[in-house]
Amino acid sequence: MDKKKNVFTIIAETRIIHILLSILLGFAVGAFFLLIMGLDVGAAYGRLISSVTSVKGFSYVVVYSIPYIMTGLSVAFSFRTGIFNIGSEGQFVMGSMAAACIGILLGQLPSAILIPLCFLGAMVVGAVWGIIVGFLKNKWGINEVLSMIMFNWIAFYLSNFIAGIPAIHSDGTAEATKNISENASTLLSKELIADLGLCPTANWGILVALLMTIIAWLIIDKTTLGYRLKAVGFNKTAAEYGGINVSRSILTALAISGALAGLGGALQLMGMGSRISVFSSQEGYGFAGIVVALMGCSNPFGAFFAGIFYGALIYGGSKLNLVGAPTQLINVIVGTVVLFIAISVIFQRLKYVHINKKPKAAAVQSVKEGDDK
Amino acid sequence: MAKEYIDMNTPVIEMRDIVKKFGDFTANDGINLTVHKGEIHAILGENGAGKSTLMNQLYGLLKPTSGQILVNGKPIEMNNPRDAIAAGIGMVHQHFMLIQPFTVTENIVLGTEPTKGVALDMVTARKNVEEISQRYGLAIDPDARIEDISVGMQQRVEILKALYRGADILILDEPTSSLTPQEIEELIVIMRSLTKDGKSIIIITHKLKEIKAAADFCTIIRQGKYIDTVDVEKVSENELASMMVGRNVTFTVDKPEQEPGEVVLDVKDLHCNDYRDVEIVKGLNLQVRRGEIVGIAGIDGNGQTELVEVITGLRKGTSGQIFVNGADVFNKPPRFGFDHGVSSIPADRQKHGLILDFSIEDNLILQNYEEQPYSKNHFFNRNAIFEHATESIESYDIRPQHSERRTAGTLSGGNQQKVIIAREVQNDKDLLIAVNPTRGLDVGAIEYVHKYIVEQRNKGKAVLLVSFELDEIMSLSDIIDVIFDGKIVASVPGKDANENDLGLLMAGGKVNG
Repeated sequence: MDKKKNVFTIIAETRIIHILLSILLGFAVGAFFLLIMGLDVGAAYGRLISSVTSVKGFSYVVVYSIPYIMTGLSVAFSFRTGIFNIGSEGQFVMGSMAAACIGILLGQLPSAILIPLCFLGAMVVGAVWGIIVGFLKNKWGINEVLSMIMFNWIAFYLSNFIAGIPAIHSDGTAEATKNISENASTLLSKELIADLGLCPTANWGILVALLMTIIAWLIIDKTTLGYRLKAVGFNKTAAEYGGINVSRSILTALAISGALAGLGGALQLMGMGSRISVFSSQEGYGFAGIVVALMGCSNPFGAFFAGIFYGALIYGGSKLNLVGAPTQLINVIVGTVVLFIAISVIFQRLKYVHINKKPKAAAVQSVKEGDDK
Repeated sequence: MAKEYIDMNTPVIEMRDIVKKFGDFTANDGINLTVHKGEIHAILGENGAGKSTLMNQLYGLLKPTSGQILVNGKPIEMNNPRDAIAAGIGMVHQHFMLIQPFTVTENIVLGTEPTKGVALDMVTARKNVEEISQRYGLAIDPDARIEDISVGMQQRVEILKALYRGADILILDEPTSSLTPQEIEELIVIMRSLTKDGKSIIIITHKLKEIKAAADFCTIIRQGKYIDTVDVEKVSENELASMMVGRNVTFTVDKPEQEPGEVVLDVKDLHCNDYRDVEIVKGLNLQVRRGEIVGIAGIDGNGQTELVEVITGLRKGTSGQIFVNGADVFNKPPRFGFDHGVSSIPADRQKHGLILDFSIEDNLILQNYEEQPYSKNHFFNRNAIFEHATESIESYDIRPQHSERRTAGTLSGGNQQKVIIAREVQNDKDLLIAVNPTRGLDVGAIEYVHKYIVEQRNKGKAVLLVSFELDEIMSLSDIIDVIFDGKIVASVPGKDANENDLGLLMAGGKVNG
């Protein structure tokens, strides 16, 4: 049957091609704006590519991408279980702050204990941040999207408040927390970084992100837990009819999603930031997670690669001003990509356009396809 | 049967040798259809036979791969429904296309609203709607909101909507699938009066009884192929059924006499409220024993839906007791009932019965996914699940074959029901509750479903059958309990029941003697 499908049908039916097309269109629109500004498209995109393909550049990309992978996983997990976790922003912030508190207050502990403790603390706090929202939804039917947005702000101010507590606050003049103990750092050793020519913040957080990607995939696709969560996500009433406890499933899904975002906060802190500044605005890791999840087709591995792609855009984008292009170009590209993913049904329409308007061409095309094989 | 309004010399629709292909699949393979002025023409075929595809071409939603469509004798090419509407064709879909919070008037004039300058002229709109409703004898309340009126009324609104746009040819897709018997009768009267006005009507259906009652001619389609067009008066229901499925169909079920055993389901003085918190089940008593089918006959809205919801644990009762095999399942979660012997074929297969986005194989283990061999230590054994699905697909004749990993949503209604039946029967519980198990199914599938229900009874299971189809209740039940106003008002042995008495009891009347 596949043999007879023409190229348009394949495009119309393959989700990953929609995503790649969207990305392509994003860059096309970016190029359009570069042209309007009278800038050299080749130079700008060339710079973008060259800055992320060197060893050092790519190590930056990987480091940048860790938090995006984690929030992307968090949102993707929630999508698959029928919830829209727009609250991964707050869960990320809370997880980050939990890791910071542990990393500062228990800094004497050896790494082998302190690091897992930071991870665990961040995951628990992120999970709790998700569970509260789930509880509000189950108990009083409060729309989770609304309460999550509010909880993002609660997390924002709570984080700023905690950063101001004397035991946590920096001893210097910086409006930030103290630095976390070196024992809590996930940075690679200085020698290794120098030998390999990596960026100074190169850390092994990416391995944790990869591990979490695999775990999320296992849960969703291979376990009874994932079955239960998906069943509730797809059809609450049928799941209930089938004997699944719906309220508990929603809480579980939010807890896992929140834990992933929370861990993302810890990984970012322990690998890159080493302290948390007093925010003046939301950092947007959680919101970027939505973009990453969308680009990754709500699939954990998709989110992993989309996270790296996003990290590359952010890092590469920061180098654009070297060729005179505004770094905001990246926002244009990302925005366009998301827009096209959101309306990717238009790619599915390709099939119909083709059949209706050029039936003969379609026949020829499909014969050709057949011959090729 | 009245054919006096038909003008056999004036064909209004002629579809000639229509072929419609979707890739490799031929949905319509050389279909001919002629409809005359003032005629009610039924299109009969099993689920997936290509009826809707044919009508979608007539309504401009699809273009034929080859073939010709003539409207009022002139060849016509339709690119979209607007062209069809312009040609005087109106369609009422099975699932109504109405805006729930809007009023009847607003829905009818939608898209062709009368205006005063830039403002809507709702006064004129309302007047127009009243006028057209009177002209065709379709009484409606123009100011009622769609969400507040019954399904039968909503259908009237759909018909009026088509008439308002000047339709002379009405296509009704499965018009009776969600109507009560009374509403069906009313619909038939309405269709008749419309043909008197020179309208032509095409009904897509698989209900033989209604074809016999309403249609003048009937075109039968089987697996995309044109079988025949017959004069409905001259064929029997059985003949229609065989033409439709391509083999002989038996309507009678093989049900040997047997003595019922001990009580499995015992409902005592049950009370519960409906979604508005108004009491709807008002002290109901019910027993079902091993090896018998108890049918609940009643008009929709008398508490039967809520009764089943309480038994299966989806709704909380206010008071009473429910025992299944001696265990009190009253106000326990669904899982508790399941573990104590309740299985059920729910009324709404897409809402309660299946997870449409899940594959067939995953739907088949909805209650057993945590048991071996399907999973061990929380990890699935995909091979076992797949094998289980393969076996079920084979022994329950789920089509298409090899559909283990296809999502349930891609199956036809009849096959979705087979998936549920396969699951619930294989759960092998002592009590089977079936609610409208054949709603929307064609005769082939109905025969099949009935066979399995009776088989469960013969195997010594207790079966509670709730159905709005009186025929179904009468042909399957050992005992018929009539429900009215939240109570069982009468209990008659199935073999002694007659339609008139049951009808009276269902309406709250009394039967003499």
